[in-house]
Amino acid sequence: MAATIDQTLPENKPMRTPRHLTESGAVRALLIGVALLLVGAIILLPLATVITQAFSKGWDAYAAALRDPDALAALRLTLITAAIAVPLNTLFGLAAAWAITKFKFRGKQLLVTLIDLPFAVSPVISGLIYVLLFGAQGLLGPWLQEHNVSIIFATPGIVLATMFVTFPFVARELLPLMEEQGVQDEEAAVTLGARGFRVFFKVTLPNVKWGLLYGMILCNARAMGEFGAVSVVSGHIRGETNTLPLHIEILYNEYKFSAAFAVASLLMLLAVVTLIVKSVVESRIHRN
Amino acid sequence: MAQTTKTKRLLPGFRLTMGFSILYLSLIVLIPLAALAAKSASLPAGMWWETVTAPRILASYKLSLMTSFFAAAANLFIGLLLAWVLVRYRFPGRRIIDGLIDLPFALPTAVAGIALTTIYAPNGWIGRLLAPLGVKIAYSPLGITLALVFIGLPFVVRTVQPVLQDLEADMEEAAVMLGAYRRKIFFRVILPELVPAMLTGFALAFARGIGEYGSVVFISGNMPMKTEIAPLLIITKLEQYEYGQAAAIAVVLLLISFLLLLVINLLQRRAGRRLHAA
Repeated sequence: MAATIDQTLPENKPMRTPRHLTESGAVRALLIGVALLLVGAIILLPLATVITQAFSKGWDAYAAALRDPDALAALRLTLITAAIAVPLNTLFGLAAAWAITKFKFRGKQLLVTLIDLPFAVSPVISGLIYVLLFGAQGLLGPWLQEHNVSIIFATPGIVLATMFVTFPFVARELLPLMEEQGVQDEEAAVTLGARGFRVFFKVTLPNVKWGLLYGMILCNARAMGEFGAVSVVSGHIRGETNTLPLHIEILYNEYKFSAAFAVASLLMLLAVVTLIVKSVVESRIHRN
Repeated sequence: MAQTTKTKRLLPGFRLTMGFSILYLSLIVLIPLAALAAKSASLPAGMWWETVTAPRILASYKLSLMTSFFAAAANLFIGLLLAWVLVRYRFPGRRIIDGLIDLPFALPTAVAGIALTTIYAPNGWIGRLLAPLGVKIAYSPLGITLALVFIGLPFVVRTVQPVLQDLEADMEEAAVMLGAYRRKIFFRVILPELVPAMLTGFALAFARGIGEYGSVVFISGNMPMKTEIAPLLIITKLEQYEYGQAAAIAVVLLLISFLLLLVINLLQRRAGRRLHAA
């Protein structure tokens, strides 16, 4: 025993694990094999299904499904929704992170908990709360009807529900980063005479830009892909209040499977691109 | 709220950022959630209780809890295995696999839902293999569980990975010196260190599963009393314009989620204390 330890404890070589601290080759191969099999069955199989089903009727059917006016309308609404929800949640994330990490105040922990709250709420409930507030029989429903404002079964409701489910993403990435950065840099800048926004843009932002980008990417992916919450508030009016995920549902329920998967392949592409950008940004954060 | 210490007053923008944060948080999150509480409270207590204990509703809670529990339990093992292999071993494609683990977070749930249904349907890639054996996956609780395994996969992996990474080799080395075999080291030395992280991942996956809708609704088949999940019943009640009942079901679901989050917080606090004590 002592002999093996002597042999296998050379100076720090991080990549090679000493033999007495790992499993035998056979066990290792078995575990890696099972892990690959599981990842293949659970994650790769659905991806492969989306692609094969999308092209099951050939290129022309695929292109036609994407060029369909309802699909284009759904794509437009999805883009509009993300274009409103992501910047607003980013602005909120920056403001909340600034207030929470650069100052001391009572109730800070409560505020952090409240920011995370939407993650604990089921997507369906995230839509429901807006129906209860703005729906025809909701608390503000009669007043809205009187003034001819429609929120539920219209674009504003979809945007609001999306903002709710993507609410924490940016703030959550920024909080630990800015906490770690502390306040010295900013205080130095202020002492040297810099004004508020200049301090933010010249000192704070360069320090957290990768984390910010990371949060925005995650926020965007969820905003474009949200299904449950949007489904509750949308009313499923074709060409008007359907987002891409809702359009997929309609096509699927009409047994237009290849068209449903063709549209789904767009969202899958978004997910894969998100993962790639995420891993690039992650390595940047590590390097910093 | 506005009590900042003197040293930190130096920086500008507290009122502006704090004011905006509170306003935005109230408008988007707090007021709508309060509307849920108000609507649920508008139901007379007797009606409220009747709603949430109706057989069809109870069956849906039971189904949601059971399938989420079994899916999270399966992910406990799958997640531990994946985290172990990704942290401890080097093999070609490791980084790609590591990145793919997050796919269930990034893939829209509707896409996951129709893909999983197609795979597990009686004529699908996996469903076809099991159909002759009399095993029905899609449109059964088993199908719901498998969809939730997909959705919950990243949680345990991502909670266990950092703990495993930071685990010092000293203890394992000491155990070797003391003559312990590899298996014993794993169960007596390594596993106890991982348990808090595993339980956190389990609870997160469990909580996510209870509220999950998009990936489940296609594969579940939605038969009342059999394969109808609780979130779907909320939508059904909404479509019948039973707002109060929908709110009542939602409140119970939310309470279960919050209870789970509380457990997670306690677990993490305990784990944190252990680390500080060590």
